[in-house]
Amino acid sequence: MSQSASVSFKVEHLTRVEGHGNIVVDVKEGKVTQCRWEVPEAPRFFEAMVRGRMWHELHHITSRICGICSISHTLASVKATEAAMGVQISDQTAILRRLAMHAEGLQSHVLHLGYLVLPDLMGVGSVIPLAASHPDEVKTVIRLHRLANEMSEMICGRTTHPQRLVPGGFTRLPSVKELETLKERLTAAVPDLQAVADLVQSRAGNFPPFERDTEYIALVAEDEYPFYDGLLGSTDGGPWPVADYRQVINEYVVPHSTAKHAKHNRDSYMVGALARFNLNSQRLLPLAAKLAGAFGLRAGNCNSFMNNVAQLVECAQAVEDSIGLIDETLAIGLKAEKPSVEPRAGKGASAVEAPRGILFHDYEYDGDGRCLSANFVVPTNQNHGNIQRDLEALLPTLLERPEKEIELAMEMLVRAYDPCISCSTHMLKVTFER
Amino acid sequence: MKPKVAFFDFAGCEGDQLQVVNLEEQLLDLLGQVDVVEFREAMSDRSNEYDIAFVEGSITRQGDEDRLKEIRANAAVLVAIGACATIGGLNAMKNLQDLEDVKRCVYGEAAKHIDTYPTRPVDAVVKVDAYVHGCPIDREEFLEVVKSLLLGKKPEIPNHPVCVECKAAENVCVYEDGQFCMGPVTRAGCKACCVTQGSICWGCRGFVDDPNTDAQKEILEKYGLDLKDVMNKFRLYTACSEIGK
Repeated sequence: MSQSASVSFKVEHLTRVEGHGNIVVDVKEGKVTQCRWEVPEAPRFFEAMVRGRMWHELHHITSRICGICSISHTLASVKATEAAMGVQISDQTAILRRLAMHAEGLQSHVLHLGYLVLPDLMGVGSVIPLAASHPDEVKTVIRLHRLANEMSEMICGRTTHPQRLVPGGFTRLPSVKELETLKERLTAAVPDLQAVADLVQSRAGNFPPFERDTEYIALVAEDEYPFYDGLLGSTDGGPWPVADYRQVINEYVVPHSTAKHAKHNRDSYMVGALARFNLNSQRLLPLAAKLAGAFGLRAGNCNSFMNNVAQLVECAQAVEDSIGLIDETLAIGLKAEKPSVEPRAGKGASAVEAPRGILFHDYEYDGDGRCLSANFVVPTNQNHGNIQRDLEALLPTLLERPEKEIELAMEMLVRAYDPCISCSTHMLKVTFER
Repeated sequence: MKPKVAFFDFAGCEGDQLQVVNLEEQLLDLLGQVDVVEFREAMSDRSNEYDIAFVEGSITRQGDEDRLKEIRANAAVLVAIGACATIGGLNAMKNLQDLEDVKRCVYGEAAKHIDTYPTRPVDAVVKVDAYVHGCPIDREEFLEVVKSLLLGKKPEIPNHPVCVECKAAENVCVYEDGQFCMGPVTRAGCKACCVTQGSICWGCRGFVDDPNTDAQKEILEKYGLDLKDVMNKFRLYTACSEIGK
């Protein structure tokens, strides 16, 4: 279409994302009059529902905030409870929790890349037609996804809504034999991962060229590419202790949006794989670093579409780091440990890197271990502001294209963030001006 | 012609639809038997023409109720999947508190803009033909239900308590350990998976049909508990149920 033409569309309930979101675009005679990311998800009120519940119920309840990242929510929850009650955990528990995070990260990223993003790159509506046209590639994706899920089962006792992860440690441990088998399977999965990377790379030209400088926020650590623990880092400052997160992350409400947004140093910031990569890429293990190199992905990248590639890099990181963690566990030997918590009054905040970005849980307990108040800051809420600003920056560059292409590019941009909208516990309903 | 199936979601975490994706290779087999015409989480195609509708999530707004009624009108068979849909799920914990206070707790001054009513399971709004219980659903059970429906049979849902499966799994009763557990009053079908992993039964599959006759009362008696106490003590998933009130 020409610069002077008009285009108007609403993508209602954007597909191939978790939860409900709309994209509204209105261009009159080449001038953008509306460009909006809306979130009409039903609110679920977890922060209210956990009030009055006991410390040993919180991780179970809050894992239900998200079906895809339930391990992250569980671990953020048990860490916040442990921080509030001064509970120390063993090295073994810390290692196994890192493995749990990798299992979920791999599962979530493979789901996103293989099932949700790949159809865009291949020009189809879903993975279903690909099962007929590219059976080997689809089976490779499924094999990786199944491995990640079986890894979750082995470490956490279930693929979704884990049962073994509790304050103080684990209720059950994987066996030595299971860990040995897992190591073999992870090692054997490297060629599958390479095949998926090759497929994405062969189609990477379908990601629109795009750049918009923004702030990136993620956990940082001196000795690892962190998912389970670290300090609060930013490309614009820090690092800060996680306990100070309220001074860094400012949640706010905007009248034209359905969701609470968050900002720190600028109008918006981005969390997720690209943020983690931009802050920690120098600590990637060799396989992941090589993969990043193959895609030309370097720290300082500000193309949100490259979040997909950063996820791919993190799949390699998850596989390689897990192999090392299993070796470490087997070297020190698995020991049965009974999780032990003495409930006491206190406040505690925690952060983990969920697949979609940094996730905070923050609790206050009374002396009986009853929750007095809770706050959750989830990745997708932190990204809403950045999604909006990215859409505003992308749209004017697309106006020469046919409407269908504009729509697809806008959808692909939102999808690149891998939004997890059900997680977003702070949804606001507003009336839109039409 | 293959039956057309569609997936829809309301208030929930989409963890049940994820279990369908988690069928992995078996999902490809299933796709040989049915035509998936709508599954927003995984595909761009949409349709109003389907034979079987799978519905995840609980109903918390008038607008959702209207959408659900449309789905019901379109579908020959409607299946509720997951605890939020089958029994209201954890979302119904908010029904145990003052709704205005719940809204203010999360949204502060913006609470007046919040559209929500007390959480309801799907069958409080429309007729449900089959249930796949659990939080999340069990993938194998989902496949069994689908197979039954494709054969035109009514899916069999267990009506004995989780304790029966827990004993079969040779677990030590968590009451022995001084813990509380919903197993004696909760509908089985999960193979006591949570207790087996060192946890307790949280009650996600809802109560057995008639706890007065169907519950594992010997276990409760052994530990000096009565039915009503147990049903009232631990209201995580069962806040929509009238039984324990």
